[in-house]
Amino acid sequence: MASLPVMAGYLVLGTGFGMLLASKGYGVFTSLAMSVFIYAGSMQFVAVDLIANSASLIAVALTTVMVNARHLFYGISMIDKYKNVGKGKPYMIFALTDETYSLVCADNDMNSREYSNYCLYVSVFNHFYWITGSVLGVLIGMILPFDVTGIDFALTALFLTVATKQWTETKDHMPAIIGAASSLLCLFIFGKDNFLIPTMIIMIIALYVLRLLRGDKDA
Amino acid sequence: MLSKYYPLVAIAIIAIVTWMLRFVPFLLFIGRKTPKAIEYLGRVLPGAIMTMLVVYCLRSTDICGTGHGIAELVSCVIIVVLQKWRKNTLLSIVTGTVCYMLLIRII
Repeated sequence: MASLPVMAGYLVLGTGFGMLLASKGYGVFTSLAMSVFIYAGSMQFVAVDLIANSASLIAVALTTVMVNARHLFYGISMIDKYKNVGKGKPYMIFALTDETYSLVCADNDMNSREYSNYCLYVSVFNHFYWITGSVLGVLIGMILPFDVTGIDFALTALFLTVATKQWTETKDHMPAIIGAASSLLCLFIFGKDNFLIPTMIIMIIALYVLRLLRGDKDA
Repeated sequence: MLSKYYPLVAIAIIAIVTWMLRFVPFLLFIGRKTPKAIEYLGRVLPGAIMTMLVVYCLRSTDICGTGHGIAELVSCVIIVVLQKWRKNTLLSIVTGTVCYMLLIRII
């Protein structure tokens, strides 16, 4: 499968997460529980911090909403694509992480059956790699405790790579520009801890304004 | 004092909130035709979200602090150039991350 080499990247990311968790004194069980049930890359990195600092449960819930609110967007953009994907649908919705989304959201020339299978495989494989990586990371972290500061940059690298790929593959750069501009604007206004939700609101408004300006109701 | 179950409870809360966020859009339009306006959003959002996530990941970069975000900048440039040139996602991610980890130790 063409995307297998891509998935190895999540193995690296999962290992990074496991090593971070081990460095805070947590074991395989915690890592496994998080990767199986939460299965959200960046949130798990954030969660390590929250749990290690004994954040209040309300703060934990609110932070999750802030960090993961973007999943609402993934859902919205996949409603039609996932319309007829069959029995695996509930699992595929659960498994719609950043990584999986970045692989299934692109337009493609597969027929609907091929596409359904492709998405299911991507979901299962990504989950599997993530779990394997996070357990492996804890074990490595316990045996060879070495300094993993900066490994979470893998997440930045992943998003930037996908953004570059999308930019190269499309002629319409306005959505990407709107995304970057609205998040930078909100970052400066609201600061780094609170800018995600205002960004999403402004982004949606800007995208609809763009639609009005272009005047094409079908687009 | 926090109970020994605190990590488990916290993990459960994070999991449930995350599931809700993932399922809500699908449950909202169940059995109905997706409105045109939402369809449009579905088409343009992927491009917008990805650049937002890049900014989100880089939000803690301190341009005025030690390092001035040079490690971030150099690593990001390498990732973009490498991706344009080789078009190999894994190569871009691994090279960028290794580069960043080395740079923050040197600068």
